[in-house]
Amino acid sequence: MKKLLSANQAIAWAAYRAGCRVAAAYPGTPSTEIMEHVAEFKGAIDCEWSVNEKVAMEIGVGASLAGVRALVAMKHVGLNVAMDPLMTFTYVGAIGGMVIVNADDPSMHSSQNEQDNRSLAKFAKCLLFEPADSQETYDMVTAGFELSEKYQVPVIVRTTTRTAHTSTIVDIGSGERGDVPGIPYVKNAQRNVAVPAHGRLMRFAVEKRSVALRELTETTAFNRAESGAGELGIVASGVAYQYVKEVFPEAPVFKVGLSCPPPIERIRAFAAGVKRLVVIEESDPVLAEQIRAAGIPVVEPQTELRMMELNPARLAALRAELLGTPALEAPKPEAGIPVRPPVLCSGCSHRGPFHILSKLKTTVCGDIGCYTLGSAPPLAAMDTCICMGAAIGAAIGMRKAGLPNQRIAAVMGDSTFFHSGMTGLLDVAYNKIPITVMVFDNRITAMTGHQENPGSGHTLLGEISTQVRVADVARAFGIQRVHEADPYDLAALEKIFLECLDSGEPAVVVVRGPCVLHEKWAGKFINEVDAVKCTACGACFRIGCPAIVRGAAKDPAGKRFQSRIDPQFCTGCNLCAQVCKFGAISPAK
Amino acid sequence: MTTSLDRIFNVSLVGVGGQGILLTSDVLALAAMHAGLDVKKSEIHGMSQRGGSVISQVRFGAKVHSPIIPDGQSDVLVSFERTEALRWVHLAKPGAKILVNDMDRIPVTVSSGLQAPVQDLDRRLAAYPGLKLVDANPLAIQAGNLRAANIVLLGALSAFVPFAEEHWQSALRERIPAKLLEVNLRAFAAGHAAVG
Ligand SMILES: Cc1ncc(C[n+]2csc(CCOP(=O)(O)OP(=O)(O)O)c2C)c(N)n1
Ligand code: SF4
Ligand code: SF4
Repeated sequence: MKKLLSANQAIAWAAYRAGCRVAAAYPGTPSTEIMEHVAEFKGAIDCEWSVNEKVAMEIGVGASLAGVRALVAMKHVGLNVAMDPLMTFTYVGAIGGMVIVNADDPSMHSSQNEQDNRSLAKFAKCLLFEPADSQETYDMVTAGFELSEKYQVPVIVRTTTRTAHTSTIVDIGSGERGDVPGIPYVKNAQRNVAVPAHGRLMRFAVEKRSVALRELTETTAFNRAESGAGELGIVASGVAYQYVKEVFPEAPVFKVGLSCPPPIERIRAFAAGVKRLVVIEESDPVLAEQIRAAGIPVVEPQTELRMMELNPARLAALRAELLGTPALEAPKPEAGIPVRPPVLCSGCSHRGPFHILSKLKTTVCGDIGCYTLGSAPPLAAMDTCICMGAAIGAAIGMRKAGLPNQRIAAVMGDSTFFHSGMTGLLDVAYNKIPITVMVFDNRITAMTGHQENPGSGHTLLGEISTQVRVADVARAFGIQRVHEADPYDLAALEKIFLECLDSGEPAVVVVRGPCVLHEKWAGKFINEVDAVKCTACGACFRIGCPAIVRGAAKDPAGKRFQSRIDPQFCTGCNLCAQVCKFGAISPAK
Repeated sequence: MTTSLDRIFNVSLVGVGGQGILLTSDVLALAAMHAGLDVKKSEIHGMSQRGGSVISQVRFGAKVHSPIIPDGQSDVLVSFERTEALRWVHLAKPGAKILVNDMDRIPVTVSSGLQAPVQDLDRRLAAYPGLKLVDANPLAIQAGNLRAANIVLLGALSAFVPFAEEHWQSALRERIPAKLLEVNLRAFAAGHAAVG
C-alpha cells in the first residue's frame, strides 16, 4: 500500500507495523507530529506526552527492559535532557527493541542552536541511521527495532527539519499490525542494575558489541556504493544525498544510511576507485573526520558547507569549485521587502505581564515558548533565554552575582515549568533566594502547536487527568509569597509584581489566562479608537498588539500617526484601553 | 490514467500562516501521486500561526531527488498575498506563471510603523510578464465560503499543471472533509475558470 507521508508520519506507521507497544515523547519542532500520529494507533501502542524528554527516555528504557518494543521521540536539544539515562542504558543494553527518534534542525528554523547530534551517537556507542526521505525513515525505524534487539543496543534515527516535514511516497506493505511477541521478562540484577561492579562488566560488553556493530555497518544494505563516471567520488548521508544526486547526477556516490558506526572499510574501497573523495553531510564533519582519521584522504573544499541547511544551489557552488562547472544562475531577490516576524497573537495573555515588567524596569531571565516573543520590540522585556527551564537558575545566578537592588524575575510558561522549572523553583525555596518566579500559565503547550501538559487537565489521548496548579506546587515547596493574577488587569498586575519584586524574599506569581489562538477566545466586544480623543502619543503601539495599526490621520503637529484598531483581529482583551491616558479607546458600538 | 513528464515540474506556494497553504500543497501533491508520478512536498512553517511567512514546495516527475526547489526554477509560483509574491518572486523561472491572490496582509511591523511598506508594489509586480492576479477572495465567497480562497488558487494553478481532472477530483475528495467538499469543488472550478 502506497501513501504520501511525512517522515514523522512514516515513523508512526513503522512503529505500528513493527509491533511497537510503548511510545513516549515531549513535543519539540520538528518532531512533535510523531506522537500525534502514533496516537492514531492508540489501541495498539500505549502512548503519552511525557513531562520531559528524560522521563520519555526512561519510559522507553523500562519498556525495553520489560521486553517490549519502545519508541521515544524528541527534538535535538531534548536529547541533551535525556542523555543521562541514555548513557547508562547503552551499557545495560536493550532487550525489547528501542528506537529513539532525534530531530535535528539545521538552519535553526525553530530552535535555539544547531547542534549536530550524530556526535552523541558516537559518544553513546549506539547505532544511528540518517534517512534521506520518508521511505527510508520507515525502513530504518523498522530495521531499528530488529537490530536493537539483535545487538541489545539503543538505535537512534536522526531526522532533520527537512526530512521530518517533507512528504514522499512510502510503501507501507499490507498496512497491518505486525505480530511481535514480547520477550518474557526475567529479573536479572547483574544485567539491569548499573552499579560499579556490574558497570565494569558491562563496559567490556559494550566494546565487544562495538566490534559487532562495526561488522554490521560494513555489510548492511543501508550503506551502499552507487557507480558512476568521473574522477570525483562523493560520500553522502541523510538528505544531503538527495542534493548530491540532483547536482552530481553522474558521480559515483557512497550513500551512508547507517552512519554510526561508519562503514570505514567500504568507504576505503570506494575511495580506492576514485581520484578525489569529498564528503557531503549536513552540519558537523562527523563522517569526514572519522574517514580522515582512518587514513583515507578527503578533499577539504573552500565552499562553506558546515553551517545551515544544505540545498542544491550550495552544492552547485561546490561543484563549480571542484569540477569547474558553472554555478547555478538564479534571479536576485527583490530588495526592500519588510520582514514578517512572528508576534504574540492579538489578545495573547502573555502581553500584559511583559508590558508591566518592562514598565518596572525588571531584569527578566526568560525561557523558551511563545512568551519568548516578549523579547522582541516594542515589548523588549527579556534579558536572557538559554534553554528550557534555565530562567530560574539564571535568575538565581544574577542575584548572586550582585545585582542586589535590581528587580529580578524568572519568566516561563506552564509546560516549561513542569518540564524543568520545578527543580529550579525548589532551589529558590530551599536556598531562600529573593527573586520572583513568574509562570505565564495558559494551560497548554502553545509554541509547538498546543499539546496537552500536566496543567491542562488532559492527556495526549484527550482523557481527563489531574490538573496541577502551579501555585499549589510553590506552596508545597514552602514559598510563602504566592499569587495568582489576571493578565488582563494591568493595574492589579503592577501592584502584585511590585509587591513581589520588592519584597526581598522568594515570591511566585502565576499569571493565568488563555492561549487565545488555541481556545479561539473572543472577548465580549472589540475596541475602537476615537479619532477626536486620540493624540497620536503612540502608547498603545508599545504593547505590540497586531490588531493596532496606523491610522490615516496624524497628530496636529503632523509628525506621528494616530492609531486604528483592525476589527478583524481585535479580540477585545482591552489592554490597549488601559494604556491609553486619554480615554480614546473603548468598545465599538 | 497516468501522466508522464520528461522533466521535474516545480511549484512553490507562499503566503502567511492561517491562509491554508499547507492543505493546498497537500492536495497538489496527492494529485501528483494519483497521476502516477514521484512527488515530494516540503514545507517550512516555523511560527506561521503567529503571523510569519509560510512556504511549501511541491516537485513531481518520474523521479524526484531534492525536496528543495533551487531559486529561479519554479514553473509556477502561487502567492496567497501580494507582498509575499514579491518577497519570493526569485523562486520563479524567468517568465514563469506567477499566480497571486489579489489581496494584502500588511506585516504588523509595517502597520505599526516600525518598518516602511514596500514601495511601488503594483508596478514591481506588474514587471513580471507571467503575473496573473486572481480575485480568490470574492470567488470563494461566491462559491460559499471565504475560507475556500486557497482552493480557488489551486483551481487556478490546475490550469498550468499537466494532471487529468480525475486526479484533482480524487485528491480533493481524499483531503477535504465531506461536508465542505461541495463548496471547495465550486471554488476549484471558479479558480480554473478565472485563468482559463
Ligand atoms: C529541551 C527542549 N524540549 C523541547 C523544546 C521545544 N519547545 C520550545 S518551547 C516549548 C513549550 C512551551 O510551552 P509553554 O512553556 O507552556 O509556553 P507557551 O508556548 O504555551 O507560551 C517546547 C516544547 C525545547 N526548546 N527544548
Ligand atoms: S499561540 Fe497562544 S500563547 Fe502563543 S502567541 Fe498566540 S495566544 Fe499567545
Ligand atoms: S483590545 Fe486592544 S490590545 Fe486587545 S486585541 Fe483588541 S486592539 Fe489588541
